[in-house]
Amino acid sequence: MTDIKDKKPILQLVGVRKTFNDFAAVEKIDLDIFEGEFFTIVGPSGSGKTTMLRMLAGMEAPSEGNITLHGERINDVPANKRPTCLVFQSLALFPHMSVGQNIEFPLKIKGVDAATRKARALELMAIVRLPASYYGKNVMKCSGGERQRVALARALAYDPEVLFFDEPLSAIDYKLKKILEKELKDLHRETGKTFIYITHSLEEAMVMSDRIGVMRAGRLIQVGTPEEIYAAPVDRFVSEFVGEVNVIELKREGEGWRGVNLPGAFRAAPPKDAPQADSTFVVVRPEFMRFLNDGEEADNTLEGVVYNEYSLGSRIQYQVRVGDKVMLVELSRSNALPAAANRNVRLGWDVRDAISVKA
Amino acid sequence: MSNAMTETTLAGAPEAARAPLSARFAALWAAAGVRCAVPVVVLLAAGFLAPLIAIFAYSFAPPRSFDVFRAFSLANYAELFSPDNTVWLSFAWSIGFALVTCALLAVISYPIAYGMVFLFGRWSSLVSVLFVFPLFVSENVRLYGWVLFFIKNGVLDGSLKWLGLGGAPEVLYTPGAILAGMVYTYLPFMLFPLTLGLSMVPRDLIDAARDLGANRFQIWREVEVPLAMPGILIGMLLTFVLAIGAVSEAKILGGQSVIVISHDIEIAFTYAQNWPLGSALAVLVTAFIGALTLAVFARLDLDRLLGRR
Repeated sequence: MTDIKDKKPILQLVGVRKTFNDFAAVEKIDLDIFEGEFFTIVGPSGSGKTTMLRMLAGMEAPSEGNITLHGERINDVPANKRPTCLVFQSLALFPHMSVGQNIEFPLKIKGVDAATRKARALELMAIVRLPASYYGKNVMKCSGGERQRVALARALAYDPEVLFFDEPLSAIDYKLKKILEKELKDLHRETGKTFIYITHSLEEAMVMSDRIGVMRAGRLIQVGTPEEIYAAPVDRFVSEFVGEVNVIELKREGEGWRGVNLPGAFRAAPPKDAPQADSTFVVVRPEFMRFLNDGEEADNTLEGVVYNEYSLGSRIQYQVRVGDKVMLVELSRSNALPAAANRNVRLGWDVRDAISVKA
Repeated sequence: MSNAMTETTLAGAPEAARAPLSARFAALWAAAGVRCAVPVVVLLAAGFLAPLIAIFAYSFAPPRSFDVFRAFSLANYAELFSPDNTVWLSFAWSIGFALVTCALLAVISYPIAYGMVFLFGRWSSLVSVLFVFPLFVSENVRLYGWVLFFIKNGVLDGSLKWLGLGGAPEVLYTPGAILAGMVYTYLPFMLFPLTLGLSMVPRDLIDAARDLGANRFQIWREVEVPLAMPGILIGMLLTFVLAIGAVSEAKILGGQSVIVISHDIEIAFTYAQNWPLGSALAVLVTAFIGALTLAVFARLDLDRLLGRR
């Protein structure tokens, strides 16, 4: 991973806001994106991430604030005049053109002659791992993964400084997605271009990104490296977005704390860095929650009943009803809990494994 | 699976050919689709095919006779193709009017269709209704309306005179008036296929083309027109075919200053009472339009147009 500290910003957003009628799709965003980084914007649908991308690509103008590229304001520069290129969610390949013609499109627009165009297209096809024999192939006869590569090659043919991706892998099956994620990451390293990627899948973001920005309801609520997002989610929303987690609500009671609607013992909750309030949330990942044998103790315990178990391949996930909540425990297959169904269990978690988050 | 089926069919084909005719007919009749198709086949045969056959037969009857099916003569065609016959002039007028109407309509309709698909939003249905509305009134009535508009001391001329602007130029009973009438009459037949064609251009593709550096004209040339081509071709074909057979515009707005081909056919069938000659002309026009239609449809993928793919 590249160290972003000594990089200079390429794209900067200052107080960017976008409203449609009365609805604010994007609210006051300040963000610096550095040259050559792989930046991913993650958020659920309707979080404003696509609107944000369309503003960066020049398909929407911000209602307020400024977007600058290399320090120059580009708010009103149309998409065809920006050194940026977007890979659409639909890929937006031209169905009336062959693979080669699609890739050559930006070159043809620039007035590059046919022979140079073809040479460049074949070069790009090699880069995105498309066989040269596909040059004349009807693009609509290509498979999903092949179309993906055509779209990528076409965007690269434009030779943009910044490449945008609008959930291009969302309609691809899992196995191919994993391969393409890796290829995209390789491509990023090979080209050295700035990639800005949009997805609703944090898993996808974690695999590829140098930095991740999490969006919710038009706001950028956390920006950080994948490690930072994983280890120190800024609030409950981010922590839940990172993956399946146990969220435990705690209330102050006298000198100590108790779980809200959760039977158990809370000897050492919450973590020290928790806010000095009367109630707080802590997040415990399923792999840090464990079943306790008789007599075994942990910093905090919960009492519940196992009501479901799922196989996650090499791991098993148990769903345990505790009070009116469901807690998740993940164990490796070799440590599986015998006769788990409907078994009364005690769960234990330690303070060092818990993350304190805002509501 | 499909291979096996093909083999069975191929093996079965000679078998069926050898079967007696009655058995093959019975097998055909057993298919529900065939039985359902009977009413429309009968209707088409009686209402569409029979007149065509009659016209075709008449064209080979001796001139100025009604000896259809009894005599065979090429005299009508000989007369039409003889060097001193001037019917080619009517043909030329009709084709010329049709071509210019087509071209003008394409230019006029494209921006309206573009607006209806991409810009007007919820207003586009109102716009379509406005363009359909005149079709509820008979074409002849509408054309006489234009006569009142353009005639000396009519709406235009009278208004200009009243305003002291010295009256309108004489446009009525000129080829220009005929052309205006045709453009006016056939606008919906170009507009709606064009709208359909443009609605088949995904918004994403236009955005993508712009993002890849294309300006408005390049987007139009490289993306919009090729993808809307089925709609454009259908619109062109429809207006061309209608315009080549148009007669009212020339008679009403042209005041017979120009005789178009349909007018010639009409004269042959009515005033001249020369049905065989009229039929021969009709056959020539039909053959011309038929060949054109086939040429266009050979290039069209109707399945894509109707959204089946």
